[in-house]
Amino acid sequence: MKKWQCVVCGFIYNEADGLPDEGITAGTAWTNIPEDWACPECGVSKADFEMVEMA
Amino acid sequence: MADAHMKPIVILGTGLAGYTVAREFRKLEQETPLVMLSADDGGYYSKPMLSNALAQGKSADALLLSSADQMASQLHAEIYPNAEVSAIEPDAQRVRFNNTELEYQHLVLALGADPFRLPLQGDAVDAVLSVNDRADYARFRTAIEGKKRIVILGGGLIGCEFANDLTIAGYQVSIIDIGTHPLGRLVPEEIGRVMRDKLMTIGVDWHLGQSVTAVDHANDGLRITLSSDKLLEADVVLSAIGLRPRITLAAAAGLILNRGIVTDRHLTTSSMHISALGDCAEVSGLVLPFVMPLMAAARNLAKTLAGDTTAVHYPAMPVVVKTPSCPLVISPPAANAEGTWHIEASDSGTEALFRATDGALLGYALIGTATAHKQAFTKQLPAVLP
Repeated sequence: MKKWQCVVCGFIYNEADGLPDEGITAGTAWTNIPEDWACPECGVSKADFEMVEMA
Repeated sequence: MADAHMKPIVILGTGLAGYTVAREFRKLEQETPLVMLSADDGGYYSKPMLSNALAQGKSADALLLSSADQMASQLHAEIYPNAEVSAIEPDAQRVRFNNTELEYQHLVLALGADPFRLPLQGDAVDAVLSVNDRADYARFRTAIEGKKRIVILGGGLIGCEFANDLTIAGYQVSIIDIGTHPLGRLVPEEIGRVMRDKLMTIGVDWHLGQSVTAVDHANDGLRITLSSDKLLEADVVLSAIGLRPRITLAAAAGLILNRGIVTDRHLTTSSMHISALGDCAEVSGLVLPFVMPLMAAARNLAKTLAGDTTAVHYPAMPVVVKTPSCPLVISPPAANAEGTWHIEASDSGTEALFRATDGALLGYALIGTATAHKQAFTKQLPAVLP
């Protein structure tokens, strides 16, 4: 399980936690998140390579 | 094939607004020449990260995501760093910069905003810093190197973010704000008090209900005089009073202005070949200097520039305040919204809900553990621009 950080606002997506509020179940790998998904805190799109692998 | 004589789309500004429009546009269209003029080095970075970079030990260089050259090749654009734009000529569809001129087919104003400066007395007014871009951040980092005491002018969102960041990084922080509680009119008093108390717990020293009258050099740093005649000593003074849209160029060009550069729902200014977005723009009556509206506007404008005229739609856009010691998310009610705040406080969090008389949720401020309910409440909020 990995974490990904939005480089624009600092939001962290943790694959282990998912985003149940948005219908993304715990354990969802980053690669399986839809390309049109946007950062829930700042609206930056996934496709914009705005996330960096943290660890 | 691109017409060699095709006039470019010109974007003034290479902040988040300018670069996001350019990137979204290039996803849709690759042929139209794109020229970007930057007041600084044109490097791509995220402005929101300036107020929480310190505790992470990030230097100004570490905040740079891509250089101007890298952006130019990614975006297939010509980028001029250190461009001094002297005039916009809407009738001739031309901008003047660095003693040259450039004709555009369409001009995008992504100029950003300037920090407010308080009118202050004293011999050290020039020493008061603000952090509005990456170069400011570099100067600020140099100024606080090896120092300890920092006074922040203004206890709004940015002031609280800096206070939290600096305190975690080991600095001794005082905040001066004219209001009786931090965060001003964005939140009800109860929420402001929670922020005050939490930041106090980690060591922030508050001076509320007071303004600053003077900043002077003292033997060992700076001396700040408050309206109560109280004196504070500091090594560095950081001003975080708020932002003012950059409108000077647009004013000289005769564009219609209000608080910002006035645009319609299509982000078009009073000149049909000029658009504006981001912190410099007033879109359909709203000046919203936050990332989420900027992203929505950039996507819409990119479509319009690519020939698919698209009106801006803003959903509810909560703002997450980067104060890790006191998590806060706010979605302030519209300026003309009628209703009242309903507050529910527990030891670990406070929920403030702004409801109309019929019970409809029009805004909120959630602090502490209450931030966990952000998504559920956001779903109930009306769109900012339906």
